[in-house]
Amino acid sequence: MPIKSIHTPLTDESVSQLRSGDQVLITGTIYAARDTVHKRLVALLDKGEKLPVDLKGQIVYYVGPTPPRPGKGIGSAGPTTSGRMDPYTPRLIADAGLKGMIGKGLRSQDVKKAILAKKAIYFAAVGGAGALIAKSIKKAEVVAYPELGPEALQALEVEDFPATVINDCYGADLYEEAVAKYAEQ
Amino acid sequence: MTRSIECSRITTEVERLCREANCHLGKEEREILEKALEEEVSPEGIGALKLLIENAKIAERDDVPICQDTGAAVIFLELGQDVRIEGGYLYDAINAGVAQGYTNGYLRKSMVFPPVDGKNSGDNTPAIIHTKIVPGDHLTVTVAPKGGGSENMSAVGMLTPAAGYEGVKKFVVDTVKKAGSNPCPPIIVGVGIGGNFEKCALLAKEALLRPAGEASPIAEVAALEKDFLKAINALGIGPQGFGGRVTAMAVHIELFARHIASFPVAVNIQCHAARHKRITL
Repeated sequence: MPIKSIHTPLTDESVSQLRSGDQVLITGTIYAARDTVHKRLVALLDKGEKLPVDLKGQIVYYVGPTPPRPGKGIGSAGPTTSGRMDPYTPRLIADAGLKGMIGKGLRSQDVKKAILAKKAIYFAAVGGAGALIAKSIKKAEVVAYPELGPEALQALEVEDFPATVINDCYGADLYEEAVAKYAEQ
Repeated sequence: MTRSIECSRITTEVERLCREANCHLGKEEREILEKALEEEVSPEGIGALKLLIENAKIAERDDVPICQDTGAAVIFLELGQDVRIEGGYLYDAINAGVAQGYTNGYLRKSMVFPPVDGKNSGDNTPAIIHTKIVPGDHLTVTVAPKGGGSENMSAVGMLTPAAGYEGVKKFVVDTVKKAGSNPCPPIIVGVGIGGNFEKCALLAKEALLRPAGEASPIAEVAALEKDFLKAINALGIGPQGFGGRVTAMAVHIELFARHIASFPVAVNIQCHAARHKRITL
């Protein structure tokens, strides 16, 4: 299967060309955000306040990197478990225009519904391959909540960041389909 | 006769072990990934395993963390009863080593307190320390950083004695099935059977300290480990949950006596990067 190159921000058109199981290489700006940042962003939406970054058409990467060594842009930076962000993700998709998520592991039914309703997309990066993935992250800059340390909201400049499409905008789910294919019971 | 060990030496060694464990995968842990690659049949699974092996090589070569989740610092101590700790309090020495290791080694600091809306301690302390008093005049320190992704998928079940090994097997397989792609498979499954509520959990974690894939020295337990592994790998989850035959690379089981009314079982899931380093002082 050919590897597809995609650029951020995403559009309805670019998302509709991707199918569950596709290997992609992502280039552009993506946003590192995880547990606490998600909680804070949704709290801002609840209060009707502006988010520290405009997430319209953007991709959020669930990651908390290790600190960079001197002279390096970022430390190890593999994905964290996406399921913990499930309570917040539908809001970010519906009310902030978030288009893509990169993480690892299963999503809730509510997230899958939101992906389908708003033409969003969920990618997996290889969990535990933090040293390898860091090679595709050229620059990292904290854009909000520096006090959260590894959990801060960061803008990451990525070049050919490797990921796999799990949930596409047509309702397919690679995890479910792949497991059914290899299950022996 | 007692033998003295200086706190400053313990701190230095803990710092080194934190850094080494997080950046350099052990020999058995590297070999078991290669074995998984030989056994896997799904193209997506094979692709994921190749990336994991490549990742471990990059970490080794560049002296960078294998995974960005450099874990809670879990420390096992086997303290000889004839050892005298000099120059301070043992646990302070351990925590100082963790703080230095995570700071000087550019490892991620992941400990927050209080548990709700907490603040990051900034140096990955406190360590989670388990101490056993043993005969002799040596101190063995094992540093086993444990990430959240796999730890979160672990479980304790208070089964009834009627459940038997079949009941344990079902609990283990169900726990792995429910975990799916979350704990970064291919995993190693630590199982503690017996003891009580907290003892079985500790047994499951101790089981993970065994070199990856090393069978239990008790033949009946080794047979159970094989049988559980086969049942887990029939689930089809595969490397990274992309589908395949190798969901788990090994099952390690530890046993302890139980109360006549109880049958506790714990499953501690370990991601593919089984990190632990040890020294005897």
